[in-house]
Amino acid sequence: MTEKATAERAALQGPLSTGSRATRVLGLASIASLALLVFYTFKATKPDVELGETVRILYIHVPTISTAYLLLLTNAVASVVFLVKKNRFADHLAGASAEVGLLLLGLTLVTGMLWGRPTWGTYWVWDPRLTTTLIMFLMYLGYVTLRGLPGEFVTRGTRAAIVGIVSVFMLYPVRQSVNWWSSLHQGSTALGRPLKAEISGNQELALYIGFLAFLILAVWLVVHRFRLAWLEESARETSLTAEIAERRAAEAPGSTTVRADVSAAARVSQGAGSPQEDTQ
Amino acid sequence: MREVLRAAVMVCRKDLRMEWRTKATISYVVPFVLIVVVLFAFALDTDPVLLRRATAGVYWITVLFAATLIAQRSAAIEGRDGVMDSLRLSGLDPAGQFLGKAAAIFAQLLLIQIPLGIGVAVLYGVSLERPGIGVLSALLATLAVAASGAIYGPLAAGFVGSEAVLPLLYLPVLTPVMMAATRSAESALGFGVGAGWHWTAMLGMLGATFLVLGTLTAASLLEHR
Repeated sequence: MTEKATAERAALQGPLSTGSRATRVLGLASIASLALLVFYTFKATKPDVELGETVRILYIHVPTISTAYLLLLTNAVASVVFLVKKNRFADHLAGASAEVGLLLLGLTLVTGMLWGRPTWGTYWVWDPRLTTTLIMFLMYLGYVTLRGLPGEFVTRGTRAAIVGIVSVFMLYPVRQSVNWWSSLHQGSTALGRPLKAEISGNQELALYIGFLAFLILAVWLVVHRFRLAWLEESARETSLTAEIAERRAAEAPGSTTVRADVSAAARVSQGAGSPQEDTQ
Repeated sequence: MREVLRAAVMVCRKDLRMEWRTKATISYVVPFVLIVVVLFAFALDTDPVLLRRATAGVYWITVLFAATLIAQRSAAIEGRDGVMDSLRLSGLDPAGQFLGKAAAIFAQLLLIQIPLGIGVAVLYGVSLERPGIGVLSALLATLAVAASGAIYGPLAAGFVGSEAVLPLLYLPVLTPVMMAATRSAESALGFGVGAGWHWTAMLGMLGATFLVLGTLTAASLLEHR
């Protein structure tokens, strides 16, 4: 296979931009559901009998942590698939889901601190749930850092996959921390047993709209991050192919075929589309 | 199983022999842990009551710092002189290699805990009220730290600035171990609430989890280091 063909193949196998019709639909759905969440959070629900106005923070706080759990589980599953199949799709999915999961974990910690200030009188207490969530945040921060280090694709992906698999085991202590240790943090509200007793009516609806809104937002972000990572990888590969072709051309200055390959590969690496499209 | 054990024994003996010849653990990790213990005492204002209360935490945070150094060195020695390629070509079982590395780190961590234990007993003025739980929890915590070190040491090796990458990856993973070990040690020193056996059980669970995960991922890690 010629360098030109390799470059074309690498560029054309995956997405050609970060957006698509599906991502635009997802984006619009995300904006609509977030707008609905804002309406339910500030207009359609009343202050809670016990928590007062601070209950509104929970319509964001609870959905963000639930969505983050889902993304970190996705990361672990994709990591296992990567270790077994050395599949680029799985690697980029693992990376994208961890990054968005980390973002949502951070948002959970921030909203939790904002809720804690009026409720507990302080932004931070060394509570088991808060502490284990912070540890999990730091673990995934390490994971994202590891992914960002320069290195060969398979080596970097393998190391990241192992860290992703080990890190997901932290989910269980975080989830169980309110049961294992005496905690200021309340137990399960929406997904636990006392659902009907603790939350109902528009409050319950607001919470479920929050779950939906953050789920759509997370999927939208993951798809974009995935496509961006794929394009970065393809650009790196095609640039390398173009470099190799250029060096070969320099060694054989009389070869017009190689020169054509060089310019074609360079055009692909610069995102100008496939060589055939240019010549038509 | 026999092959796994054979590989584990060979790798463990190799690592310990190298440590014995270079004396790296004794010559710089042991002084390091003693310095940390002294520094913590100054940081806590050398208040005897406060020092006794903080002993368990200081002891285990010092072990974790030492574990970072030992895990880093354990991975780094295989990056030189083509040792990694030789191990790949040796045909030794990857799971056995992982267990061997973990066993060597375990032995070194136990070694540094002898002067560390004597150091905190003398400088912080504490004594073991419940030796049974103290020894058992220390062994299980060391096992968990060693097994995770054998996973994370190679993961962070070979990068530019890997000295900073390993603590970033390794220390958050060790936090649950440190929490459980500290609570068990407090109980052993007579400060804790309750018997502390459930913390010791948690240490056993963490150690077993790291050993299983390390064994399962050993082949992938060996292939792509």
